[in-house]
Amino acid sequence: MFKFLLLFALTAISHAQIAVKADLLFTMTGDLKPIKDGLVLCGPDGKIVAVGPASEIKIPEGYKTLTAKVATPGIIDAHSTVGLSGILNSPKHDQEQLDQSAPIQPELRAIDAYNGRDPLVKWLRDLGVTTVHTGHAPGTLISGQLMVVKTNVPSITSLKDPLVPTSAVAASLGAKGLSKSPATRSKAIAMFRAEFLKGQAHARKIKAAEDDEEIEAPAPNIKMQTLVDVLNKKTPLLINAQRHQDIASALRLREEFDFDLILDGAAEAYLLLDEIKAAGVPIIIHPTMGRPYGDLENMTFTLAAQLHKAGIPFAFQSGYETYVPKTRVVHFEAALAAAYGLPQEVALAACTINSAKILGLDDKIGSLEKGKHADLALFDADPLETTTHTTHVIIDGEIVSSSAK
Amino acid sequence: MRPRKLLALAIAPLLVLPFLFSAEQERPENTSPAAIRAYINGTIYPVSSPKIENATLVMQGDTILAVGPSDLVTIPSDAEQIDVTGKTIIPGLVCTHSHIGSVAGADSSSPIQPEVRVLDSIDVRDTSINKARAGGITTVNLMSGSGHLLSGQTIYLKLRKGNTVEDLSIKLPDGSLAYGVKMANGTNSIRDTGPFPGTRGKSAALVRQKFLDAQAYLKKRNEADPAPPFERDLALETLADILEGKRTVHHHTHRHDDILTVLRLKEEFGFKVVLHHVSEAWKVADEIAAAKVPCSIIFLDSPGGKLEARDFEWRNGVELEKRGVLTAFHTDDPINDSRWFLRNAAIGVRAGMSREKALEALTLAGAKMLDLDQSVGSLEPGKQADFVILSGDPFSIYTRVLETHIEGEQVFNLNDPQDRLFAEGGYGAGHNRQAKGCCFYR
Repeated sequence: MFKFLLLFALTAISHAQIAVKADLLFTMTGDLKPIKDGLVLCGPDGKIVAVGPASEIKIPEGYKTLTAKVATPGIIDAHSTVGLSGILNSPKHDQEQLDQSAPIQPELRAIDAYNGRDPLVKWLRDLGVTTVHTGHAPGTLISGQLMVVKTNVPSITSLKDPLVPTSAVAASLGAKGLSKSPATRSKAIAMFRAEFLKGQAHARKIKAAEDDEEIEAPAPNIKMQTLVDVLNKKTPLLINAQRHQDIASALRLREEFDFDLILDGAAEAYLLLDEIKAAGVPIIIHPTMGRPYGDLENMTFTLAAQLHKAGIPFAFQSGYETYVPKTRVVHFEAALAAAYGLPQEVALAACTINSAKILGLDDKIGSLEKGKHADLALFDADPLETTTHTTHVIIDGEIVSSSAK
Repeated sequence: MRPRKLLALAIAPLLVLPFLFSAEQERPENTSPAAIRAYINGTIYPVSSPKIENATLVMQGDTILAVGPSDLVTIPSDAEQIDVTGKTIIPGLVCTHSHIGSVAGADSSSPIQPEVRVLDSIDVRDTSINKARAGGITTVNLMSGSGHLLSGQTIYLKLRKGNTVEDLSIKLPDGSLAYGVKMANGTNSIRDTGPFPGTRGKSAALVRQKFLDAQAYLKKRNEADPAPPFERDLALETLADILEGKRTVHHHTHRHDDILTVLRLKEEFGFKVVLHHVSEAWKVADEIAAAKVPCSIIFLDSPGGKLEARDFEWRNGVELEKRGVLTAFHTDDPINDSRWFLRNAAIGVRAGMSREKALEALTLAGAKMLDLDQSVGSLEPGKQADFVILSGDPFSIYTRVLETHIEGEQVFNLNDPQDRLFAEGGYGAGHNRQAKGCCFYR
């Protein structure tokens, strides 16, 4: 019965033009402070038509009005494996996040594995997550690609379905990147460097062929092409590194090969704040509820607060879980950081606008501004409080959830 | 520090009303009375009675003397007064299912190993124990994993500061230590090779035969005193204790049919059982209620991770509450870190539980499941002075644990730099902690 009602509500409401009135509207612009009694108009093209104090905006005829105590931009999970790492945790059935047959496989695409119909995608969507940066997990030296996709996309039918089909290549230093070979950190870095030297050589051959008709282009090689895209800064490299020496190694590799680096996890980043800041590298930090053993043994719940204080850009992630919970919920992770010294609005920014900035998508998503995607999450109280319910979720101007979870 | 006896509670009628007695009358003349402390001006959730604003908690030594509204509690003149204005005091948290302290049980030689004691594995210096104190946990049931039908004897501990596991243990009136027995069904205890079961039917058959053996053993044991000589069998002895109701079975179970299998075994052998995890409790809540079996549940941030947890729902708590089932929460640390234990109550409330029952599920309900509710689980005169001082509302994510006290002794203080390291993490916070549990690195 409940499901039927939900279905009915979805069919009845979708494609309507929606006005969202919120007692507190976090647009995530400017100083990040919310607008009291704010209003957002979601136009028929799925973009935001107007945003501001409700007193200054007239709701046009034909708009359906939703009210909420609090509204925010749709939540962005800056690093997930959802859609690849499925709910059942059943190898060969729904575990597509990691192929361990070789340590370096940048050519594995997320778009070839993503299942937007996995129940965990809906789970996150119902809670307010509208965009995920998802794909291959940490677990081999270079495990594959990631993509950015809205959580209302059930299947990748064309390269237009994801927001970004290849948004990053995932690499892992430290324990996550080790296997039978590389079995040590030094060997891992040596293999990494050798592979990137090959990538550089491949890039030179392509360039030479472009410059001189007499020279034959190298044979197409999807692995090399992916590395060339990283070396040309078309695709950033997301390096999972938790311990300080692994973070330092990531910075050293960036120095040598000059790629766009996003640090991932970075549990001990608090030991290298100056170095990370000087390098101008953003961090997608490990889940606050990450488990404190292995490379995470020295993790701290105050990492986000320390990065904020140091002025280092960062975003939250749900991360990759091998067991239970099979996915984390990114704004729950942000909430706990807020309990450990991070200002509330900065915690929200680190799962909305700041995540969009790190992903290079802040012209489209992450804040409520005219012309941007009409992705919103509506709540019945402080979005960071565990007791709060997500009352509605809107993606591209359409209500995709009203489950009040 | 020596293990302490369970406190005999002889003051049952006075639960809410302030209760004071003269310390001098209770003690031999040649010993000085234990210091009296009074926490004043705080908000107190006694759990056994409604929340009190502007409340006073008085304790002497390891025992609570009085709890009540400040204007009704008389504070002895020699009491040290501690102002906790703006802060909240709740009972020490009781975690009915945890794997902290490097706890280990059975090995892979057989699926049923009742003779194995986790007592013999625990590292009281493991940082996970300090972290649990930082999370406000004062009483735990440390258990072995779920990879066996029966993986050993658990142990109930108070997280006192001590050098040995005995220092943290709880002595029962008969001189034995307080513990239960860990059992499991469903997929975790099913393996590809014998002697482990390959199916659920085989799992139940193995358990039933073992309990039938134990019934015969118990009969022999009862007839053996004083003669003829009786050969002890450590495994059957433990099962016989279960049959006699001396020990509680803590039974890991997820799926609705597995839950019903436990209820069926309970019916057949009459043992005392607590259902643990109970992911599909919402499907068979009526049957659980009819069987009058308590549930120790966990809230995870998403369902799944394995087939049998696919239909896990946050509404388990409210469905059990509606039917009057005694319900506790657990961390299953390392599944959920002990420092986030309070968060379970907030998720329970989010899904519809009452605040009262959600807080009870972190404290008194767990104490009842461990048969320790005479001494811990609520703030009442005569009970052990186990309590947590919070910075605010227990259901708010922004609330921090400021202090944890066990039997009147402070075991965690956020202002202490070493304690803060355990509370928040940081360099050196976890070097000796190992990942434990059935399924992480299998």
